[in-house]
Amino acid sequence: MSAPDARTEVLARVRAALATTGAATRPGPGPGGGASAGPLPHDDGPGTDGHVPADLRDPHAPGPVPREYRRADRSAPVTPGRLDLFVERLEDYRARVVRVDEGGLRAALVAELRDAGPVAVPPGLPGPWVQALQEEGLELLVDHPDRPLTPAQLDGAGAVLTAARVGIAETGTVVLDAEPDQGRRVLTLLPDRHVCVVLAAQVVADVPTAVDLLGEHPERPMTWISGPSATSDIELVRVEGVHGPRDLRVLVVEA
Amino acid sequence: MRIAVFATCLVDGLFPRAAQATVELLERLGHDVVVPGGQACCGQMHVNSGYGPEAVPIVRNHVRTFAPVLDGEWDAVVAPSGSCVGSTRHQQALVARRAGDDRLAHEADLVAARTYELSELLVDVLGLEDVGAWFPHRVTYHPTCHSLRILRVGDRPTRLLRAVEGLELVDLPGADQCCGFGGTFALKNSDTSSAMVADKVDNVVASGADVLTAGDWSCLMNIQGALGRRDTEVRTLHLAEILAATRERPWDGRGGTGRGRGRADGRADGRADGTTRGACAPATGVGAA
Amino acid sequence: MSVDLGMPGVRSQPAATPHDPLRWGPSFPDAARGTLANTQMRANLRHATHTIRDKRLAVTAELPDWEALRDAGSAIKADVMARLPELLERLEESVTARGGVVHWARDAAEANRIITDLVRAAGAREVVKIKSMATQETGLNEHLEAEGIEAAETDLAELIVQLAGDQSSHILVPAIHRNREEIREIFTERMGDAPEGLTSEPRDLAMAARAHLRARFLRADVAISGANLAIADTGTVAVVESEGNGRMCLTLPRTLITLMGIEKVLPSFADLEVFLQLLPRSSTGERMNPYTSMWTGVTPGDGPQEFHLVLLDNGRTKALADEVGRSALHCIRCSACLNVCPVYERTSGHAYGSVYPGPIGAILTPQLLGLGEAHGAGSHDVTATLPFASSLCGACYDACPVKIDIPSALVHLREKGVHADAHPSLTPMGAGMAVAAAAMTSGTRFRWATRLLTLAGRVIPGTRIRRLPFPGSLWTRSRDLPVPPTQTFQDWFASRERDAGRGTGEGA
Repeated sequence: MSAPDARTEVLARVRAALATTGAATRPGPGPGGGASAGPLPHDDGPGTDGHVPADLRDPHAPGPVPREYRRADRSAPVTPGRLDLFVERLEDYRARVVRVDEGGLRAALVAELRDAGPVAVPPGLPGPWVQALQEEGLELLVDHPDRPLTPAQLDGAGAVLTAARVGIAETGTVVLDAEPDQGRRVLTLLPDRHVCVVLAAQVVADVPTAVDLLGEHPERPMTWISGPSATSDIELVRVEGVHGPRDLRVLVVEA
Repeated sequence: MRIAVFATCLVDGLFPRAAQATVELLERLGHDVVVPGGQACCGQMHVNSGYGPEAVPIVRNHVRTFAPVLDGEWDAVVAPSGSCVGSTRHQQALVARRAGDDRLAHEADLVAARTYELSELLVDVLGLEDVGAWFPHRVTYHPTCHSLRILRVGDRPTRLLRAVEGLELVDLPGADQCCGFGGTFALKNSDTSSAMVADKVDNVVASGADVLTAGDWSCLMNIQGALGRRDTEVRTLHLAEILAATRERPWDGRGGTGRGRGRADGRADGRADGTTRGACAPATGVGAA
Repeated sequence: MSVDLGMPGVRSQPAATPHDPLRWGPSFPDAARGTLANTQMRANLRHATHTIRDKRLAVTAELPDWEALRDAGSAIKADVMARLPELLERLEESVTARGGVVHWARDAAEANRIITDLVRAAGAREVVKIKSMATQETGLNEHLEAEGIEAAETDLAELIVQLAGDQSSHILVPAIHRNREEIREIFTERMGDAPEGLTSEPRDLAMAARAHLRARFLRADVAISGANLAIADTGTVAVVESEGNGRMCLTLPRTLITLMGIEKVLPSFADLEVFLQLLPRSSTGERMNPYTSMWTGVTPGDGPQEFHLVLLDNGRTKALADEVGRSALHCIRCSACLNVCPVYERTSGHAYGSVYPGPIGAILTPQLLGLGEAHGAGSHDVTATLPFASSLCGACYDACPVKIDIPSALVHLREKGVHADAHPSLTPMGAGMAVAAAAMTSGTRFRWATRLLTLAGRVIPGTRIRRLPFPGSLWTRSRDLPVPPTQTFQDWFASRERDAGRGTGEGA
């Protein structure tokens, strides 16, 4: 009989470990187990009725997952407060934010990209945006699926323009999910300036709402972006722009 | 109320003044105080040092001693220690259960549910903040880790202190930082523990207080011991000792275990080097100092 | 990685090259003696830990439901441990269905062998790496080096550590033991293409690293990463980072190899909503870290076209078998416990002698190595000193985003280590504990024992004891000990009751 392969053996070890302790079925601490000798929260002060405090249960025993945390209503229309928070949080993490209405988008795009040099764009960028840049005479590097830009070409681009999938107000986050209006992940990585257009209607209140929405297509490659690339590795001094774009500009478009 | 005092082993043998003050305070507030014979230790030192099984008989002794609280013989058990109350509440039953003694575990839980740290008893059970104390000194309070994070006594001790007449409460920088005691940690990791208490002492001195207080003599012993190596006059007192002081029977000016007010028993030798010692002086029936 | 280049300025920290990244060096107290004496490192660490601590408190206080998130995180992890076999099989299935290849590794050596073979098969002689605790745990870089494959760390801190020949001292900010002057010196001496006149300004140093690494990113064929989490239902893997080096590695090379501990699996995509809130706020103290990448197998035309996921045991199943210690596997490597730990703050990560330092390391390392197993050496095992490297102050528990009860686990592992000795009571500590236990199991014996103390109190002059012989010297080296009182509390109370004409109840 040959030695079991690693997969078989690891899974057997996991099962054996769980069988020893009966973890999968044990709802709470039983005799001989579940010791917790150190701090356990006891926020409300001790009871005086002689009952055993509920928090003496083993906190690590498996059980139903309590999901008492906040989750905004996904269908609730975006409010000015939510947008304000989104902008405030983006700016707090040193992203440049420009708020425009639909009519002002064209001018804003040009303003944010004019001085950048060649602009990389994904294949599915909304037509009017492309048109605006072309009419301004900007050099566009289009990342066609059949003629993808090389890393060297992207490295030579001065900026990249994309749409976004969702914005998260509470964390100041923009999430890209690599759809044609956002492009391959590498597109937003090599150019030093990333100009990202987020429509007001795309801004959700919190992380659970965003995950809920993104969970419709979990298979798409996703990039969550919260401010420009940064490091705090040297004496915890924050330095923006290490490997990713050093300059993140978010255009928030209000209807 | 009829209240049983669990002195804790450290206080009983080394810092009796804290328990004495607890008795005096509760009697002053009009309660009957008993000190059940047979009490010794909660077992925490053994458990925390890796000798859990060896602690089971200690736990058994503790639970047996204080079980009458379950029959209504006393209304509550109080201890002048957050750490030891934390151990009764969160360790004893688990240690017993792991040793297979479910009955002991159950009783330990029940006794623990009627056992209070001093500030909990005063604030939560007796509903007091002003206990009528007088202590005209500048005081800083160190929230010991187990009071802070196991019992979650929160601001109960400082509420009590703020209500003391004449007392000026000053902030302790880095108050929530451990003093480095940690039981056998102080010996097993002596270098690290020394570094921690050095920082704590720096902060105590920086606070500008004349008196450092806390709810646990274990941590106070550590800080007091390190203060003794500095050129400082800061005295160390248990919270109970401050709350027991009144205009009629004021603090005698000594820190630590200092023998106290009341009878000068001939050995109240007033060694004036700042860390006085001595027996518990009986307080009953003797005039004010 | 720890090659001494014979340069005068930069000395590796620690000086000796570890033979096992999971456990090297002397016992914790001995190692701490050395690191406590390094005042520069202590100052760096104090600044760093206090800064991150404050940031974390600020951003966790922003969320009114922080405790609810912790409860959810804790419960999800407990559920994962209980369902680990099915979740791992599901993860394998999901990743495979999306074009990835899943490998299993029983231990570090097997993981390193699998990865080396994959790199060779890709025809690469060099790889780029994203900061990964798992690959540090297996000593992958050293292994690859020995096999003639150059592994370049691309995280700024890891680059510093790699160039200096150091061991990292912190899970999250591995070079925190180095200050800017030291880093400038390390870059100038060892980076090769460091710019002339490099200053010690953090921005300049970071830009030098950017320039140094960009060429490597563009030419790399193979990247190696860890994983912060992987979703069983979908096969989605996530890496959470700040600098963008992770995105480079996860996007540019043709082949991606990810090494992941088996405990990192999560059941469903929806669980991200918990961990993407808990992790950044606990880790860097940010509402969200600059970049999080998620990928699911292989996406044609986008990113690596070959993806290998290596699932690592390496002692995790030993921890899993321990009902109390298992909670160490809930760890999401945020390092919040390091930043609040008073012991870590003073001793630094190096004193723990493991890639996993701090409170979590003190419970994880001994378990991965099988503390208390038959071959464990009880009190002679230096690893058994790790669970004692704590004053049990509980700050780690309060900070942990998944509510790992580290103090309880420490106490549990102390017990396991102590009782790995055939006769625990024959050790000096054990003998002392036995004597103390005898005194404390009976009220009568206890009162006589404390009376012995008061006897000492009557004969010892003065009020404080300044010097004691060993082991008492461990106390009196930095602290006085009070002279015992002349009367115990219980005796005082009994005599008072007698004076008042009440009976007294001495006895057990």
